[in-house]
Amino acid sequence: MTAQEVFLQQLINGFTTGSYLALIALGYTMVYGIIGLINFAHGDIYALGFFVSLSLLSWMGVTSTLTGGQLVWAIPSVMLLTMLVTGLVNVSVDRIAYRPLRHAPRLAPLITAIGASFVLENIMQNWYGPSQVYYYNIFPTINLAPALLGPQSEILFTTKDIFLFAVTIPLMVALTLFVKHTKIGKSMRATAQDREAAQMMGINIERVIMTTFLIGGALAGAAGMVVGIYLNTGRYLMGFDAGLQAFTAAVVGGIGNIPGAVLGGYLIGFLSALSDQYLSAAWTRATVFALLILFLIFRPSGILGEQIPEKF
Amino acid sequence: MLKLEAVHAAYGNIRALRGISLSVERGEIVTMIGANGAGKTTTLKTILGVLRARQGRILFEEERIDGLPPHQVVQRGIASSPEGRRIFPRMTVLENLELGAFARTDAANVRRDTEWVLELFPRLRERLGQKGGTLSGGEQQMLAIGRALMARPRVLLLDEPSMGLSPILVQTIFSIIRDINREGTAILVVEQNARMALSVAHRGYVIQTGEIVLEGAARDLMTNEEVRKAYLGT
Repeated sequence: MTAQEVFLQQLINGFTTGSYLALIALGYTMVYGIIGLINFAHGDIYALGFFVSLSLLSWMGVTSTLTGGQLVWAIPSVMLLTMLVTGLVNVSVDRIAYRPLRHAPRLAPLITAIGASFVLENIMQNWYGPSQVYYYNIFPTINLAPALLGPQSEILFTTKDIFLFAVTIPLMVALTLFVKHTKIGKSMRATAQDREAAQMMGINIERVIMTTFLIGGALAGAAGMVVGIYLNTGRYLMGFDAGLQAFTAAVVGGIGNIPGAVLGGYLIGFLSALSDQYLSAAWTRATVFALLILFLIFRPSGILGEQIPEKF
Repeated sequence: MLKLEAVHAAYGNIRALRGISLSVERGEIVTMIGANGAGKTTTLKTILGVLRARQGRILFEEERIDGLPPHQVVQRGIASSPEGRRIFPRMTVLENLELGAFARTDAANVRRDTEWVLELFPRLRERLGQKGGTLSGGEQQMLAIGRALMARPRVLLLDEPSMGLSPILVQTIFSIIRDINREGTAILVVEQNARMALSVAHRGYVIQTGEIVLEGAARDLMTNEEVRKAYLGT
């Protein structure tokens, strides 16, 4: 590989990592925007998406690489079901763990969120065991680089990369349009900007919160399934790591800000890939969190966030 | 139409309302005047259900509404322009107005009412695509009232509509308040600007440390010796 090829390869890697991190980061940022809570259990909802989709696939007997028509019905149907399940689990977590503490000091739900995270992790650990789990290789892998860049190219850019983009990017676009143009989306934005005023408009705040958890959970679940198909491996604690990175992405982009979460996701994705290559994979986490610390010190509102006084 | 019977409310252990009784009848403009911290805003928040009444009853069209969450109170026909205006700062003027009609299901009439509000406040029409947070204080006040009107309320609650406005703008706002009332909306307006409020209202209440200390026809309150001294400065 030439130096340029190495760099290009890392950009591709960064773009794929960034895409699913962005999808997870959206759930952090939306929940924070509405109720001012860092939902530490959110990363585990992503891991749950991995295991739920894996179970659905094995239950449906879809365990080998799919072709043609199977791809068109099996993957979308399993994904929709997975998103529904993880969305509803996220809503239940809110109902059980956070809602009773809605008017408590904000440290209380934060600690509860850590507890909810442990509960979910333990459920997955008991369900699939503590070791690395194999995820069926259901999506065909064909390297597209020789066709795109010439036969001498050593870059790996496969149909799986395309698949990952084809799921994550439209979901982000759909969310943006939903929040911007639909009535429910507008009520979500209004609640994030001024909760009490939103109530005075006749908006049912609890319904807005429920919708937010449902959407955030569904997006994280989709990310979990996409990563399963992409990497073919995962573990019950995978949500902890990805969650921390996605949380960093949300803060760097500006917590509470939807385009910010996407931007932050890609930034963290690229940074991780470049750090893997040019520093060492062992330093990547340190690099990512160093960025988080720099932002918290010098620009706590993030790239796109605004300086807003504390509301709670 | 709207009736409070011996309503008590508190913030934690601080008793803010100590048995408020008042009523707003169909077609009326009623004002509540009083000093800062007397309980005017608290009264409105309690009517809306943002703050829970600890004792007493709140009736709207003969039905109890105390204990209902705010969105249900709004759905029944009570809208408000809150203290500090509470415009959604990162939404456009048009989006703010649309949110005022959130609880409504009659889309066709909402469009007609948008037109009506923009005729009442022509300044808002020039600012339709602008973000709420970029408006001047006067424009925000117009938007807050316009947004409340978008709910087509039967009772409109106004919290300090004169706050921070120039005398000319205060005149304008109050003449619009009169117009809105003529079109059939009952209005409860709380004000520190007692003179202005009493000049448009039919009846008034004077509130002091969470209690109603005086009530009567607005023109009687205007000439009342205590009111003149304490609130009108003459």
